[in-house]
Amino acid sequence: MTAATALSWVTVCPFDRLDPDRGVAALVAGVQVAIFRTADGLYAIDNLDPVSGAYVLSRGIVGSRGEVPTVASPLHKQVYDLRTGDCLDLPGVSVARHQIRCHNGMVEVRLRQEG
Amino acid sequence: MTGGNVVVIGNGMVGQRFVDALRARDPQQRWRVTVLAEESRPAYDRVRLSAYFDGADEQDLNLHTAHDGVELRLGEPVTGVDRDRRVVTTTTGEHPYDVLVFATGSYPFVPPVPGADLAGVFVYRTLDDLAAIRRYAKDRRTGAVIGGGLLGLEAANALRLLGLTTSVVEFAPRLMPVQVDTAGGAMLRRYVEDLDVACHLGVATTALRPDADGAVAALELADGAVLDADLVVVAAGIRPRDELARAAGLDIGPRGGVLVDSACRSTDERIYAVGECAAVDGTCYGLVAPGYAMAEVVADRLVGGEATFPGADTATKLKLLGVDVASFGDAHGATPGCLDVTWTDPAARVYAKLVLSDDAATLLGGVLVGDASAYPTLRASVGGPLPAAPLALLAGDEAVGATAGALPATAQVCSCNAVTRGDIDTAIADGCADVAALKACTRAGTSCGSCVPMLKQLLDAAGVVQSKALCEHFDVSRQELFDIVRVRGIRTFSRLIAEHGRGRGCDICKPVVASILASLGNGHILDGEQASLQDTNDHFLANLQRDGSYSVVPRIPGGEITPEKLIVIGEVARDFNLYTKITGGQRIDLFGARVDQLPQIWRRLVDAGFESGHAYGKALRTVKSCVGSTWCRYGVQDSVGLAVALELRYRGLRAPHKIKSAVSGCARECAEARSKDFGVIATETGWNLYVGGNGGFRPRHADLFATDLSTEALVTLIDRFLMYYIRTADRLQRTAAWIEAMDGGLDHLRAVIVDDSLGLCAELDAAMARHVVSYSDEWRDVLADADRLRRFTSFVNAPEVPDPSITFVTERGQPVPVGGHPSGAQGRQPVALGLPEVRR
Repeated sequence: MTAATALSWVTVCPFDRLDPDRGVAALVAGVQVAIFRTADGLYAIDNLDPVSGAYVLSRGIVGSRGEVPTVASPLHKQVYDLRTGDCLDLPGVSVARHQIRCHNGMVEVRLRQEG
Repeated sequence: MTGGNVVVIGNGMVGQRFVDALRARDPQQRWRVTVLAEESRPAYDRVRLSAYFDGADEQDLNLHTAHDGVELRLGEPVTGVDRDRRVVTTTTGEHPYDVLVFATGSYPFVPPVPGADLAGVFVYRTLDDLAAIRRYAKDRRTGAVIGGGLLGLEAANALRLLGLTTSVVEFAPRLMPVQVDTAGGAMLRRYVEDLDVACHLGVATTALRPDADGAVAALELADGAVLDADLVVVAAGIRPRDELARAAGLDIGPRGGVLVDSACRSTDERIYAVGECAAVDGTCYGLVAPGYAMAEVVADRLVGGEATFPGADTATKLKLLGVDVASFGDAHGATPGCLDVTWTDPAARVYAKLVLSDDAATLLGGVLVGDASAYPTLRASVGGPLPAAPLALLAGDEAVGATAGALPATAQVCSCNAVTRGDIDTAIADGCADVAALKACTRAGTSCGSCVPMLKQLLDAAGVVQSKALCEHFDVSRQELFDIVRVRGIRTFSRLIAEHGRGRGCDICKPVVASILASLGNGHILDGEQASLQDTNDHFLANLQRDGSYSVVPRIPGGEITPEKLIVIGEVARDFNLYTKITGGQRIDLFGARVDQLPQIWRRLVDAGFESGHAYGKALRTVKSCVGSTWCRYGVQDSVGLAVALELRYRGLRAPHKIKSAVSGCARECAEARSKDFGVIATETGWNLYVGGNGGFRPRHADLFATDLSTEALVTLIDRFLMYYIRTADRLQRTAAWIEAMDGGLDHLRAVIVDDSLGLCAELDAAMARHVVSYSDEWRDVLADADRLRRFTSFVNAPEVPDPSITFVTERGQPVPVGGHPSGAQGRQPVALGLPEVRR
């Protein structure tokens, strides 16, 4: 992945293609990204579940814990903060989060450069 | 002295407990702790060691807690103790001490018989021992265990599970000679021999014979018998590890062990010993509970306390080869003038003995074999008056439940951790409001767990109302939620949470509501908002596997299948490169499908006449059957015909948990119906119905519910049983736990669904009738609907690209996930086993 692709917005799909309170997987510059549409807005995090090593977070159940919007890994149910990627059940575990927006009816993702 | 360097030799269960106890009592860290361990693993639960053969791994058994100010040095065995310089020498260095604690445990005793050192002869003490046994057992056929005590029987079960034809040789005239008496041992032997484990009692092993390669091949017994054995486990007792103490010149007990006083202090005032290596006033204890008590005593002494070893409770309760065995107090009736009350039921295979004082006023001890449900109350009553008449106590749960609240404050509720009724009551008064809080606060119930039912009863007795909240979003239980949805006619999660909950829901409440809506007949589970509530299995109508792929199970009612359909399954598996395995439910599971392949696979299966098997759902799975009277010489009814009819009637029925069933065509019970949620066994004149059976994590035989039923009467009872379960059970509660938790148990269930005591039967019958007529195959319906189908894509922006993370290698001619077996995978976490966790 080059710096140019990492920093540019990539169009993923029409907004209408996303079901409310559910995720889909997208392939952005070779990275599997989990995209969620909730009543609070759009979120994008890595699709890789860091606990199991499987690419499944987009298939988790979306919800809330307190005021935090969440997704639960479908494999072993660890819950992640959709805003930060931090795991709420395992201190120190987190997934990368990415930028996401809706632009002219299209969902766009920009990979976040880590470190 | 209340500070300095404390060095602990050994990181077993008791050594770890000492460190935990010292840290809890010494928050200022006046003591710096160094733990020197011979094994390369931190402390693990040796009591549950055999769980390794049920799939538990190192992490599941781990007991180690890291503390500040504690240095754990693994794989660094101690080679000497210099008491003059106060230094411990290890293989890699020296560690000065102000106080030294021996927690070296014990080693397995191997009798000095010829051949005891042959290849294929093992002991049963560490995880490495068990791993070596498992490796060696491959391709071996016969096994023998020398020693018929507690550990020997655990080892025998392990060999049996590894597929070996197994024998047990015990020098004493009965099994478990320390814990049970002659009659109890005889009952235990019947159970053990029923599992095809041969028992040779009252006989010594004289030699182990090698084969031509020098590996063990047979056992010679003193009575002249020769037993084939490719693998031998020696479980003939343990001996204290006191060699370092001996070399250091400490006094040793008459039967070994570091001699210590009631403060667990040796003849050197700076040196203590705890656990199996200690001889307290000359006596060694081979159980964990006395070891824990010693660890607490030494921790207390180091912070200036005056604790003394209270004497050991050697009470034991365990499940060996599926048999409950318990022994407590003066089990052998050694007290002069004591009286025995015994109860033997050869039909139910239950034996119980209570030992009473000569005036019958005080309980001294007892033995239970086959049913140990009375154990917690009985053990807690030792030394005091009986809480009820002896026979009522032995009768089991209900009598016990009524009496738990009547125990005195001094009665020990948890013997593993020495927690009394008074301790529990204090914790409740301090605000512990559920079992989890009591465990965290008092440690009661955290070792063997047998006292957990009593903890619940004591909470009840204290008037604590335990929260039934499903999760942070709903304050009500699943049953109450079901009634709200049903009575108010609510059809969506968003309306339900807006009117009766808070927040956005979670992975606990959303699938519960999805299941309730499906049970009440709310159309296809992927329609509209319902789709977002389903967990991934229901969302893709397939079973998620650990690599992110799914497995597919077509329904094969009753396990009966035509050659043509069998060929179709084979062709589909071949064409999609699916790993193929026969399931325990008499059907075929196809593994390794990507989400985008699922519709293509199901198109082929549906065209061939298959439908969803609901292996992914909390729903009816299968109704197994034997071949029945159609073919079998012994069959008395058509078990296959009934199984097919039942499976077709209840297919697709969503429930609080999965439902399994089976039908056997005669009393030989080849279909294993008594391990199912509802099981049917043919009689000469009709059918017997059993309910509440379970395999899995906590096996339970189903209870006989009704006898000699006509097919029509049988179906009516099953209809009502299932619908009442669906209405009233908790989330993820199988029928076994549902019945056990029900006030009044089986009698209540009979009153409701046979005698219609609640006036519910007509409603239950109507609900099942609606289910039967509205059933439709979920997969056929998905294939017919473009909107439902569009979910089955790999990537929303690249549907033509298959998920590159799913790749396979070949093992035994079939595709399996890359990355081998998960024991080596990094970062694996224990799986939650479905107990609702209430977050507030």
